[in-house]
Amino acid sequence: MSADPIPSLPRGTRLHHDSVRGAMVLLAPEKALILDEIGAAILSAVDGSARLSTIVARLAARYDAPLAEVAGDCAEFLRGLAADRVIDLHD
Amino acid sequence: MTSPPIALLAELTHRCPLACPYCSNPLDLLAREAELDTETWARVFREAAAMGVLQLHLSGGEPASRRDLEALVTSAREAGLYVNLITSGIGLTPARLQALADAGLDHVQLSLQGITAEKADRIGGYAGGFARKMTIAAEVTKIGLPLTVNAVMHRHNIDDLEATIAFAANLGARRIEVACVQFYGWALPNRAALLPSRDQVIAAKRIVDAARPAYAHRMAIDFVPPDYYADFPKACMGGWGSTGLNIAPDGKVLPCHAAATIPGLTFDSVQDRPLAEIWQHGTAFTAYRGHGWMQDPCKSCARREIDHGGCRCQAMALAADPRAADPVCRHSPARAMVDRIIAAEATAPAPAFTYRRLAPQA
Ligand code: SF4
Ligand code: SF4
Repeated sequence: MSADPIPSLPRGTRLHHDSVRGAMVLLAPEKALILDEIGAAILSAVDGSARLSTIVARLAARYDAPLAEVAGDCAEFLRGLAADRVIDLHD
Repeated sequence: MTSPPIALLAELTHRCPLACPYCSNPLDLLAREAELDTETWARVFREAAAMGVLQLHLSGGEPASRRDLEALVTSAREAGLYVNLITSGIGLTPARLQALADAGLDHVQLSLQGITAEKADRIGGYAGGFARKMTIAAEVTKIGLPLTVNAVMHRHNIDDLEATIAFAANLGARRIEVACVQFYGWALPNRAALLPSRDQVIAAKRIVDAARPAYAHRMAIDFVPPDYYADFPKACMGGWGSTGLNIAPDGKVLPCHAAATIPGLTFDSVQDRPLAEIWQHGTAFTAYRGHGWMQDPCKSCARREIDHGGCRCQAMALAADPRAADPVCRHSPARAMVDRIIAAEATAPAPAFTYRRLAPQA
């Protein structure tokens, strides 16, 4: 798999604002992941066309955080979801 | 305040063309006349979403036996729920599936009784079912809906596990749920016909462990091991009345699908009381919520935060006491009985199935 894949949310995976819990939730088959601020920011940046490196750069700028740290967090989070077939990663 | 539930399992109907001997429906099946109408379900979905439910599982019986399934999916999506259809595929057609997808269906969970027509139709008790299911499976992936294959495993098909996993992947499933039969509903009287042997279970665990990395990025594999062979019970429903609820075809609200087997519980109906109030204050929910009901060994056990004492319905079924530790637990005085059941049933010749029927045999 590419080191810099394009993440996307496949049909059946979607972000939902949960007004009862006051949080963003990732809804997918057999899963409802209540997201923290970082998870929500990463997934909100997934638009099906931006590469991982672009998403990382955007988030690092927005949160004024070290690029390497953001890159590590993003890759781990998204690759975990992809291994579990919740999101897709394209070359 | 009890935190809100995540998931609602709506048993839209008990009607089903199949007759699986492990069906989780109660032995007393409800007839069509008892079922909630379209409008009532739509109101229940709105109430569920407003109280914090995120995922709706449309189940049965066979939910496609309801002619208003498309309308129910529409109202559930309008309410803001994630909509999962749990189906045998029978009663669906390509056109109907497309209509459900257009109505906003999010995900299809298709049951698989076996991987050959001969075996699947014998287990499901419905000739021709396998072929129709295959048509629907192909249609689900063609439309682009995510597919989960739900393979219920027992002594007659667990030896086919490796081939079953490959079969599901070839159908284009994104996940497979390998669920060993749990002994509730119709499975309990069929236990001797279904209980796998210890050797079968050990082999199945090895197969799952090897398949997970082999199918990574292609198909996720969930595995529900048979609790009779476990040392400690499963955390049933994530704890009684804590994460999910079930609604029966007639509107009765249950903490789990087997809860009606516990004597003395009374179940409120969505026809009489708001769902949020039933969840918070209904006596069937408060009865075993938290740990206050516990007696020893659970009461003083360090694992109680993990498994919440296991399953109340299994404690009732095997130890005749819903407050007992789940009898599969190594600390339970009733564990010896589970071992006796395994010794007596798991390797003896399998008796014939008692198929699930709307008018159960006496
Ligand atoms: S388990 Fe079998 S009989 Fe029961 S509802 Fe599902 S398909 Fe029908
Ligand atoms: S004694 Fe009760 S709480 Fe402890 S492990 Fe057994 S079932 Fe769970």
